[in-house]
Amino acid sequence: MKLITAMIRPENLPDVKEALLKADVGKMTVSNVIGCGQQQGYKETYRGVKHEIKLIKKVRLDIAVNDAFVKVAIDAIIKGARTGNIGDGKIWVTPIEECIRIRTGEEGKDAIG
Amino acid sequence: MSKIFVFLNRFKFIPLSIIFLLALSSSIFAESSAEIGDVKIAINTIWVMFGATLVFFMQAGFGMVEAGFIRAKNTCNILTKNFMDFAMASLGFFAVGYAIMFGTSVHGIFGTTGFLLKGLPSMTGDIPTFVHWLFQAMFAGAAATIVAGAMAGRMKFKSYMIYSFLISAVVYPIVGHWVWNSHGWIANMGFLDFAGSTVVHATGGWAAFIGAYLLGARIGKFNKDKSANAIVGHNIPLASLGVFILWFGWFGFNAGSTLSGMDFNTIGLVAINTNLAAAAGAFITMIIVWVLYGKPDLSMIMNGALAGLVAITAPCAFVTPIAAIIIGSIAGVVIVFGIKLVDKLMVDDPVGAVAVHGFNGLWGTLAVGLFHSKLGLFYGGGLHQLIVQTIGVVACISFVVFTMFIIFKMIDMTIGLRVSREEELKGLDISEHGMEAYAGFQLFAND
Repeated sequence: MKLITAMIRPENLPDVKEALLKADVGKMTVSNVIGCGQQQGYKETYRGVKHEIKLIKKVRLDIAVNDAFVKVAIDAIIKGARTGNIGDGKIWVTPIEECIRIRTGEEGKDAIG
Repeated sequence: MSKIFVFLNRFKFIPLSIIFLLALSSSIFAESSAEIGDVKIAINTIWVMFGATLVFFMQAGFGMVEAGFIRAKNTCNILTKNFMDFAMASLGFFAVGYAIMFGTSVHGIFGTTGFLLKGLPSMTGDIPTFVHWLFQAMFAGAAATIVAGAMAGRMKFKSYMIYSFLISAVVYPIVGHWVWNSHGWIANMGFLDFAGSTVVHATGGWAAFIGAYLLGARIGKFNKDKSANAIVGHNIPLASLGVFILWFGWFGFNAGSTLSGMDFNTIGLVAINTNLAAAAGAFITMIIVWVLYGKPDLSMIMNGALAGLVAITAPCAFVTPIAAIIIGSIAGVVIVFGIKLVDKLMVDDPVGAVAVHGFNGLWGTLAVGLFHSKLGLFYGGGLHQLIVQTIGVVACISFVVFTMFIIFKMIDMTIGLRVSREEELKGLDISEHGMEAYAGFQLFAND
């Protein structure tokens, strides 16, 4: 059991979601976050004055999958999120110690489903 | 305490009655008829100026409706368009628009005198020409701004600037010339459009239709099976404020179109008809959506009120209040099924401008032929007026669709109509204007 966490561009969320659904990965948690990586912000102008935005809006996906789905999920995220420009985001994978479905009490692989 | 109040209350009317007596005596004891004429002109001027400012305020109404009905990431963009189309309309209508619309007619097709307002008589009818220009310029602005909503969220700002200049300088004035110039070819047939169901609303609405059609739908609007998704508006309170402002401004739009403050009987009739049609439109729309979709959906109800207003704009001076209620009610039906039809045609109109202005502009114009208290089909006037109305409105809509198709196509081939996919997804606020409508707030990516 692995937790896949991805930081992507908000405007790529529709594409990523579509690619994930195609890969049969239909469960996810999506949150709106701000942060910065290599890109280091962007510029806005307000009444003629430039103003630097240091922390950029990103969308964070948290997807818990069984081991067999790790590769397909990662591929799907890359397919939807890659533009080739700086700021496309990152994916990291962490092991999950335990998973329990609240409604049924199922544990482990079955709970992830 | 209450005694003091009664005492003060007695004096409340004194200043008003003095003014009234003065006004009365100045007209009764005016030494010559010329002075009476001046008073008449003054009253007309005040009335039309008042109407013009109300119609100007409708720009704010359009801005708020459109901003509220679209997503937060495009808000600065739509408001910039609303500001700039009024600016472009003012300049375009000054330079050439007014001359084409009200200048000396060439075979009833377009006008040729009065470019840059030069060489015009100081008076037009019973009002100063400049006041007449101001009132008409506000209408040109309204026709231009209708299109912004239908093309929201994906149209290039530069292209919009060019479009808005051309529609208010050329396209709108030609339609206006046909219908409102006393020598216009449609006007000569006896066509009746009191305040612009055809001239303003059908023109704007059908230009919006052709624009939205050529531009294509927003990303995510239609599924592969051709069903439509809802892309919900981000600020319904703002949209409802906008509709209230439009309803408010419409009293100037319609009642001001008497172009005479002396025509008090018509003013009263027009104002009450305007209000009743809007109310009936809102009510019937609410009933229909409640039955069809299970809940009284505010976003549709608001469009229903606007539909009633658009539909009564042509007939408001010619029909009885009861007929106004019927016209508004049918507008409420037209709007609900009109919006469905636009979705069916796979045309993406984020604010419902095509159904509100295009379809109801058409309906309102035809309604004159049905409900006119003397000439209408239902009032024993026979078919003649209905036929005239049909020919007139079809001619105007065909002209608008044809010319706007060429204009939009030419813009598309030169600088392009539509922003890139990436810019659209990011939102036009950041990608076109480099600023946000809600700085300091987090906009959520939720679709």
